[in-house]
Amino acid sequence: MSNTTATDVSSRFFVREHHPENGTLLGFWLYLMSDCLIFACLFATYAVLGRNYAGGPSGAELFDLPLVALNTSLLLLSSITYGFAMLEMQKKNLRLVLIWLAVTGLLGCGFIYLELYEFVHLIHEGAGPQRSGFLTSFFALVGTHGLHVSFGIVWLVTLMFQLKKHGLTPENKRRLMCLSMFWHFLDVVWIGVFTFVYLMGVLP
Amino acid sequence: MSDHNHAHDHGHGHDDHSHGHHDDHDHGSLGSYATGFILSVILTAIPFWLVMGKVFANSSTAAFVLLALGAVQIVVHMVYFLHMNSKSEGGWNMLALLFTVMMVVIAMSGSIWVMYHLNHNMMPGMTEATHAM
Repeated sequence: MSNTTATDVSSRFFVREHHPENGTLLGFWLYLMSDCLIFACLFATYAVLGRNYAGGPSGAELFDLPLVALNTSLLLLSSITYGFAMLEMQKKNLRLVLIWLAVTGLLGCGFIYLELYEFVHLIHEGAGPQRSGFLTSFFALVGTHGLHVSFGIVWLVTLMFQLKKHGLTPENKRRLMCLSMFWHFLDVVWIGVFTFVYLMGVLP
Repeated sequence: MSDHNHAHDHGHGHDDHSHGHHDDHDHGSLGSYATGFILSVILTAIPFWLVMGKVFANSSTAAFVLLALGAVQIVVHMVYFLHMNSKSEGGWNMLALLFTVMMVVIAMSGSIWVMYHLNHNMMPGMTEATHAM
């Protein structure tokens, strides 16, 4: 009798909380959250300096909204194509995973191309980062996001080679899930950028 | 969810299930990605239309609506693309997210508030500029 009670009592210590099975995904999520704080600081800087034109051009004069709309749709499309790659990963269809990843990468490259085009255009117009507080904070925020997307593309290409070589191993699946979080996270940051910087920047 | 039954099963000392849910992460389905994508397209198109079509005469109303739509779209992305829910990774994902949101709100609102008052108190010439915000 006392024995069973002892088992019952001690058994409560064996009742486990559901610990994360894969620490990498949680760790990567924590990295993304800290990255989020970097962006928060850049957004806060833009919020403070965004209307300090120093006699220079304002957002309303500089921003080309149709270009931003095109850029936004490229990034949004790349999010859904990455989602398709994840769905094919579940079906263990390596060839389609690679195809969707390639489409995602191309959309990402298109995004970076348009962003660089915009930056070069602005700098040629004399609206470089040194012109005013507004432009400094603009280039810092949008440039940091663009750098993240560029590194995301490097990661994506590396992962495609690994997938080609090793197939859909558990390690590669984990990497795909991490990159998925990274890619969707960048899209979330872009929502903030186009809303707060571009659209609110052109309001009179 | 099966995870809960699992936790109770461990009470009997069976440990062999612990590697069972190794692949139970929510990767979403075609339906959830499609829903997320359609909602995002709508929530992106509306703010661009509002600004490019100059729908609101008043800038502050427009800014408020834009921020609200942006916030809704961020939630849509979190739920449908990043598969956020209170269960993933045993709730730690959500806890980290809530902490980050709190930090972001403090950093953003704090900066705007403090700098507005600095401008207001120190540079009388700039108050018009700040009011124009």
